Amino acid sequence: MSIVLQLLFTGLGIGSIYALVALGFVLIYRATNVVNFAQGDFSMIGAFLMVVFAIDMGLPYWLSAVIAVVVMAGFGILFNYGVYYPLRHRTFLPVVISTIGASILLQNGVLAAYGPHPQSLPAMLPFPGINIAGVFLDSQYLLILVVTLALVALQYLFFERTMLGKKLQATSQDKEMAALLGIPVALMIGITFAYSAVLGGLAGILVAPLLFVSINMGSTIALKAFAASIIGGFGDVTGAIVGGLALGVVETFGAAYISVPYKDGFAFLVLFLFLMVRPQGVFGEKVAEKA
Amino acid sequence: MSNATLIRPAPGSRRSAVAGGMVLAVLAATVAVLPLTVPLSGYVLNMLMQAATYTVAVLGLTVVLGYTGQLSLAQAAFFGIGAYAVALGTVDYGIGFWLSLMLGLVASALAGAVLGLTSLRIGGHYLAMVTIAFQQIVTLVLVNSIEVTHGPDGVSGIARPYLPGLSLANGRAYLTFCIVVLYAVGLAVWHLRRTRLGRAMQAVRDNELAAGVVGVHTYRTKVTAFTISAVLGGLGGALFASGFSYISPDQFSFAESVVFLTMALIGGVQSAFGTAVGTGLLILLPEWLRFLKEIYLAIYGLSVILIMVFMPEGIWGLLERITQIGRSPSAAVTPRPFRLDIPTSGAAEILETRGLAKYFGGLRAVDGVDLKVTRGAVHALIGPNGSGKTTLLNVLSGLYRPTAGSVVLNGRDITLLAPHERCAAGVGRTFQNIRLFRSLSILDNVLVGAQRPGSSVRSEAALRGRAYEALGFVGLAERAAELVGNLPYGHQRLVEIARALAGHPALLLLDEPGAGLNPTEKQDLVGLLHRLKGHGLTIFLIDHDMAMVEQIADHITVLNFGKRIAEGTPRDVLRHPAVMAAYLGEVPGHGAT
Repeated sequence: MSIVLQLLFTGLGIGSIYALVALGFVLIYRATNVVNFAQGDFSMIGAFLMVVFAIDMGLPYWLSAVIAVVVMAGFGILFNYGVYYPLRHRTFLPVVISTIGASILLQNGVLAAYGPHPQSLPAMLPFPGINIAGVFLDSQYLLILVVTLALVALQYLFFERTMLGKKLQATSQDKEMAALLGIPVALMIGITFAYSAVLGGLAGILVAPLLFVSINMGSTIALKAFAASIIGGFGDVTGAIVGGLALGVVETFGAAYISVPYKDGFAFLVLFLFLMVRPQGVFGEKVAEKA
Repeated sequence: MSNATLIRPAPGSRRSAVAGGMVLAVLAATVAVLPLTVPLSGYVLNMLMQAATYTVAVLGLTVVLGYTGQLSLAQAAFFGIGAYAVALGTVDYGIGFWLSLMLGLVASALAGAVLGLTSLRIGGHYLAMVTIAFQQIVTLVLVNSIEVTHGPDGVSGIARPYLPGLSLANGRAYLTFCIVVLYAVGLAVWHLRRTRLGRAMQAVRDNELAAGVVGVHTYRTKVTAFTISAVLGGLGGALFASGFSYISPDQFSFAESVVFLTMALIGGVQSAFGTAVGTGLLILLPEWLRFLKEIYLAIYGLSVILIMVFMPEGIWGLLERITQIGRSPSAAVTPRPFRLDIPTSGAAEILETRGLAKYFGGLRAVDGVDLKVTRGAVHALIGPNGSGKTTLLNVLSGLYRPTAGSVVLNGRDITLLAPHERCAAGVGRTFQNIRLFRSLSILDNVLVGAQRPGSSVRSEAALRGRAYEALGFVGLAERAAELVGNLPYGHQRLVEIARALAGHPALLLLDEPGAGLNPTEKQDLVGLLHRLKGHGLTIFLIDHDMAMVEQIADHITVLNFGKRIAEGTPRDVLRHPAVMAAYLGEVPGHGAT
């Protein structure tokens, strides 16, 4: 029993990372109708910023994290203007391809700066973890869970209770109508990119101590977050979170009971099953086009 | 016009196709003979071999992405399936090159068909997502199932094939073989664009919704395109493995899929030539950019973004636009007079709906409408904005599935038929916001309509005849070769009507055909509709222009809040108090609700 609980805990921890990145996907998709293939690289950039601030510059860990998050917000806006904005009137495909180009650029830009050797970061909390009834709760996983939970709650309040949140929602539902009501749509999309970059960056910062910081760390995370958002129902915020957590759990149990080398494959198997049986995901994507 | 003499439409594009094919043949022959005559260093030989085999795989992307507009991110996985089939087949199982190749192609086709069938039912991004997942799984299997695939070490000692009486073991001979295969594949892909299937693909790419309505089985077309692309990926991979005699999993990773994609895009994904140019360029580019070694890939990524922003059609698209290559001049054609090939007898009601309803959540856009459209009549549907007219038309043409009720056409229940099946059953339609296939010529737009399923006409020449007839009927035959996007708005509306007419529908649905037309164009439209009625065509139209509706309609149905509120001849209906109330608000003294 305690093994099951232990795996569940680990699964939810890693699932939180997927959920954060999936949330970033979904928010950008809702605002722009575009799937951002560089979403995972936001995490990679976030993790590398930690290397820059905490290790290279020797700043305190928490301060580094705060600066990294702020930089990520700016980076998101930059990304918007460099990759999405010039193509905003085009169809889905050119924009998607442009984000793929951005992903190659980011990975290899960092490669040129840092070389191919993976970096490592120490755990963020000063204690290894706590032991409850035979289940060891690793401090980094605990931190991930707590931060994700807090972020999801904050985000809910932000979108439902603040004017800016409502404007963002209006923009994602109907850009023309929002513009007619005087909402600065371009700015709203910029903010969405900034927030998505923060989510992705935060995921990278949180997961960095568990993995090596490498230029392609984002690709695997992004692909799984992607799978998570489809499983949850593409375009659905709750779906992204639930899908991410579920995928983390499935993967952890799969690795423990079925096969370690194929750990990374379970996510995609589950994705296949969903696409065959229920392509609209758990919470359902609205697929419709006006004639 | 009806007295015009018959001249067979000159197949202008076919003549240019033959010319282009000959140029290609000469080019390919030169290139193919080159390795046999000119001494090549092993280095150059390898590069040419890579270019030839990669181009075969990238041509698959030309079909699926360039022609059909579906994004596949697993071309390297299919490349890998073909490569590993030949590698394992010749090295481990000793079944020889040809049988291994066949098995590889079958495996690619099966994988492609299964992926396509599961992900292409719904549009948009699903194929991209599923192919990413597939790509990851293939890579995992290649790396981890060591007993079968040799794992990360890869497979070496892959054999080259024998042709009867001819060994291709020599590098130059094998390169020649690859170039011949590439030539055949390139020609086929290039020709595909001008076939029924190719036109259907391009219609799906340009406007999937309209493609379905004019009779293209969009799902089948997309799955076919993707399967072709998978097979070409496998073929390229098989040739590659045999050419280099050593393969390893990292050559077939997601990153390589992205490289394939970039090759297609840089050259110009909508053209087979462009694909070849792009592939060659990106294989040479690393050599030229050697001095940038460390940031080469970063520049590569940047160039993808820049190409999307500044040159979305790629190098070939840009060249084509500058030089107008491939745009054959309009042939002087006098089409045969238009004649509708439809049954004009049968039940008096060609279309009947019973209790037809469409709800969007709580919104009752169409709320229990009974409708009878008399054969041969012009029947108008009017109503204030938001009364559910277009929704009703969308239900009739199969774009929406009704919440309740039934639609009967010619005595046959078509309620559950898909748009292309309704088109086959005899329903044609146009759209309020024009939905043409914008990158095709006027003629090709109408040809897509002419080749609808269930049509009695099959041959290409007969299809062209029908398309020209329909274009002649709306007065645009002499502009047939022009790009449809270059036409003024009013003419685009006419092309949409011609596209529907070329399919010889029994019932034509027109969604605000007069919208955006100036008064002269509107009078021309009225004349056109009168002539169509003379051909025995039943017309069901929506419009806001009451003067126009009064001129042409035999019968009017009025809709408000999704319900039918009046019905009858124009004279009666337009004076009906409920109609006046719906349009003008309460009318004093009438007490209408």
